Amino acid sequence: MQSFEYANPNTVQEAVALLSPRWGQADILAGGTDLISLMKEYLHTPKRVVNIKNLEELEGIRKTGAGLRIGALVTMEELARNADVRSGYQSLADAAAGIPSPQIRHMGTAGGDLCQRPRCWYYRQGFGLLAMKDGKSLVPGGENKYHAIFGGGPAYFVSASSLGPALVALGARVKLVSAKGPREVPAAKFFVAPKDDASREIALRPDEILTEIIVPAAVVKSATYEVRQKAALDWPLATASVVLTMKGNAVASAKVVLGHVAATPWEAADAEQALAGKTITPATAEAAGKAAVSGAQPLSQNAYKVKLAAVAVKRALLEAVKTSKA
Amino acid sequence: MANTPDYHWPPMEARKVIGKSPKRLDGPMKSTGRAKYSSDLKLKDMLFGVYLTCPHAHARVTAIDTGAAEKIAGVKAVHVLAPAGTEIQWQGYEVAAVAATTEEIAREATHLIKVEYEAMPHLVREDDLAKAGARAKQGGEKLQGDPDKAFQEAEAVSEGQYGIPVVTHCCLEPHGQIIQWQGDEVNAWPSTQFVPGYGGALGQSLKVPATNIKVKMDYVGGGFGSKFGPDAWAVVAATLSQKAGGRPVKLYLDRATEQTIAGNRPSAFAKIKLGGKKDGTVTAWQSDSWGTGGFGPTGGPSQPYVYVNIPNIRAVHTNVSVNAGSQRAWRAPGNQQASYLTCSALDDFANKIGMDPIEVFKINAQYAPEARVETYRYQLDKAAELAEWKKLWHPRGQAGAGPVKRGLGVAFGAWGGAGHASQCRAIINPDGSVHIEIDTQDLGTGTRTIITQVAAESLGLPMGQIKLSIGDSSLPPDNASGGSTTVGGVSTSTRKATLNALAKLFEVAAPALGAQPEELEAVDSHIRVKNSPNKSLTWQAACRKLGSTQISEMGANVPANANAEGLNTGGAAGVQIADVNVDTETGIVSINRYTAVQDCGMIINPRLAESQIYGAIIMGISTALYEERIMDEQTGHVLNPDMEFYKLAGIADIGDIHVHLDIRPENDKRGVIGLGEPPAIPICAAVGNAVANAIGVRVPRIPMTPDHVLAALEGRNA
Repeated sequence: MQSFEYANPNTVQEAVALLSPRWGQADILAGGTDLISLMKEYLHTPKRVVNIKNLEELEGIRKTGAGLRIGALVTMEELARNADVRSGYQSLADAAAGIPSPQIRHMGTAGGDLCQRPRCWYYRQGFGLLAMKDGKSLVPGGENKYHAIFGGGPAYFVSASSLGPALVALGARVKLVSAKGPREVPAAKFFVAPKDDASREIALRPDEILTEIIVPAAVVKSATYEVRQKAALDWPLATASVVLTMKGNAVASAKVVLGHVAATPWEAADAEQALAGKTITPATAEAAGKAAVSGAQPLSQNAYKVKLAAVAVKRALLEAVKTSKA
Repeated sequence: MANTPDYHWPPMEARKVIGKSPKRLDGPMKSTGRAKYSSDLKLKDMLFGVYLTCPHAHARVTAIDTGAAEKIAGVKAVHVLAPAGTEIQWQGYEVAAVAATTEEIAREATHLIKVEYEAMPHLVREDDLAKAGARAKQGGEKLQGDPDKAFQEAEAVSEGQYGIPVVTHCCLEPHGQIIQWQGDEVNAWPSTQFVPGYGGALGQSLKVPATNIKVKMDYVGGGFGSKFGPDAWAVVAATLSQKAGGRPVKLYLDRATEQTIAGNRPSAFAKIKLGGKKDGTVTAWQSDSWGTGGFGPTGGPSQPYVYVNIPNIRAVHTNVSVNAGSQRAWRAPGNQQASYLTCSALDDFANKIGMDPIEVFKINAQYAPEARVETYRYQLDKAAELAEWKKLWHPRGQAGAGPVKRGLGVAFGAWGGAGHASQCRAIINPDGSVHIEIDTQDLGTGTRTIITQVAAESLGLPMGQIKLSIGDSSLPPDNASGGSTTVGGVSTSTRKATLNALAKLFEVAAPALGAQPEELEAVDSHIRVKNSPNKSLTWQAACRKLGSTQISEMGANVPANANAEGLNTGGAAGVQIADVNVDTETGIVSINRYTAVQDCGMIINPRLAESQIYGAIIMGISTALYEERIMDEQTGHVLNPDMEFYKLAGIADIGDIHVHLDIRPENDKRGVIGLGEPPAIPICAAVGNAVANAIGVRVPRIPMTPDHVLAALEGRNA
């Protein structure tokens, strides 16, 4: 990796002062599970690395009247084990627990999960975020079995975030802080599908730090189901995170968000409509799964992911009504 | 020497150390991290070597400028490997190398080397033969009997298409070495399967006499057939060391380069047609296979596999030359592919005629080499019994309702495994200590442990009294650990060296015991007179009689004499059964239970022998379910040269493995046979057949990934 300056601030204020208004100048180091690889591969060549692990204000999970406040430095392992998360936000606990590598669960942070770069192999081999060559993406005509089935490009990578689908479904917001002060962005708007190689796939600005995730309180049933080939270290092929607000046995309203199928967590509005007023049975769950993928546009090698996304929705729904912890 | 000792292995019932399962001697060292692999070593003044590799699959270097790299503080040597004009035939090819005081500086310097390429057309994929054009070269036709007539007369004909991809070795310790070339002397600390041959081969490349080259290696972190002689990077490390004034240079491939250029297992695809009778007898075979081992010619898998005496055969193989790193031996080279193709086709034939595949495999075992026919029949029955085949097997596709389908599949393998040429020195000191010296290597198979067991058995001593030195070119040479030849070689040379040394000790001890040397035996740390156990000396007392002169005796395994001596032999057969679950909604395959019956000769350490089989099956399950080198035709790149999308099984993915060592007296009397490779052969075939049994259709491509399985279920091409 390229030589860099290492900064070790103690407060958010100090930290944001070390950032730059332009991408590529400074990178934020938390768990390091992604950044170190990016630097070793020369995909990120920051002049300065800002270690935020000393920022105590970014730690801990707090339950408030308004919901949960999750510090950006909370590890995935803490999230998966936390009693408040498990009792009220099963889908979030599922998403964190689903990361099969103990090393990544223990080192990787919630903030890092949202900010990690895509795993697209063209991007990781230096062909750029959108893998453009001669004005055309390499993905549709290339090796795309792990790529997007929604969105229609030009970003064909899939959002790598494990927590993203659950947070979008739960209506969470993320707090972003710069030297100018804080702002809050809904999780659904935090993830963006970039239109060009110079853009980022998240709404974070280069001079901001993601400090906190705010999840609203709600009496809901929720679950996240990941289709993952291996039990050991592996990325999901498709994920579904569902949140159900119930009226008796029937669904009053539903949020269904797919993961690893598009450049952002993908809100499946058709599935949400299909569920309204229904009780969850294998048949209604399957119908919702089919509705969720009705607009899918698979590439040459990933039609199978359409089926996997539908199955993930079905299984998440059945799982959500099995848990009655809310 | 008055009499040549009787080298034969002691009878089964008389063995005290052999046949027992002491834990591997280096286990605590490895599990606590105290074992130092060559890649762990940090020598004084050591420099780090890093490669710059070519980003194109086919290109000509038109200019290369190392000026900026050479100016960086800490860079001590820059070496150009592909000067202007060089035509490069695969991505990852080594273009230049830098040695610097830290790895980071060396890597940064490689980024400052400016190379201009003229990109040239490439072909990197071989799965679609129609697109291979002139890169496809058909080999000779293997013809036996009259296949056309036999197919006409066949009562049933089955046809299938099968594919098994290129996979890589994924050695956890990548390829590389530390080399110091100072004046006329070269010291090497490699990661190799062939310590005794390393120095000689390196000397030829460097034009340095082999006598001036010292090679030392305590541990190797995986080779699987990919780490024999000193590679190009050994010569580069030596050159960098010399250029840097004789400082040691550590040059290890990074993971991406390791996966791209340090060897792989060739692919094999085939269309196979079988004809035969409705009673299960196959009478006709036709196979058209193709595959690649990289750029240049690669032989195909031998078809049909094991059942070579099918009366009517036509088999043709086409090699496809692609712009990708070259193949290397991969744990039983050629055999996984061969077993996969043949056993898949036999399974499809059984399905076609509605018979239980175990029966079809048994009937056709008549076509195996004559000496192995009964072994295969016995093993097929034994494996079926252990896997509860009769209870669990069902005709293809009749796995019941529900999305998760269970299925069973069977396959076989065959291997040689006779001992290689080996020399060993046994030293008995006047203080009673014993030193065994042999320049071999322990690939993680337990070689240290079994040499020590053989020495302890032969000398009548506890293992703790034996000191063993291996992995050092100053010791008597063993040989390359390839072909599962090590255990036969080292056990024979150690047996003979220790008995030769013991005979000398008997000569010294005999007068004190009032007996002839040949009347003595070594038992329980005593030298005693056979049949008069009261007439004895302790081992220490006997050794004291040596005065000040140690005993130093050699022993050798000479392969040409091995059959007559009976200490080791070759020829191992195995049958394996996979029991899988397939989630038909997700296409995810998981292993319930995996049963292996292995013919194995005389077993020195059952625990280590079983470990070899566990390891082989874990590796095999990983290839059956997950592993595939993915090439991109547009960029010419290997897209997954990592451990993220080059997927390896973790322990949670393996399921239960049941090993049955076929330790019957008729096998024991054959002597020692190598076991590293034979159990690695049948896994893709057994898993593929089990998946077909579970879901009712053949998935024509290994690995059994969700895209392949769902495509087969939906009748699509993956």
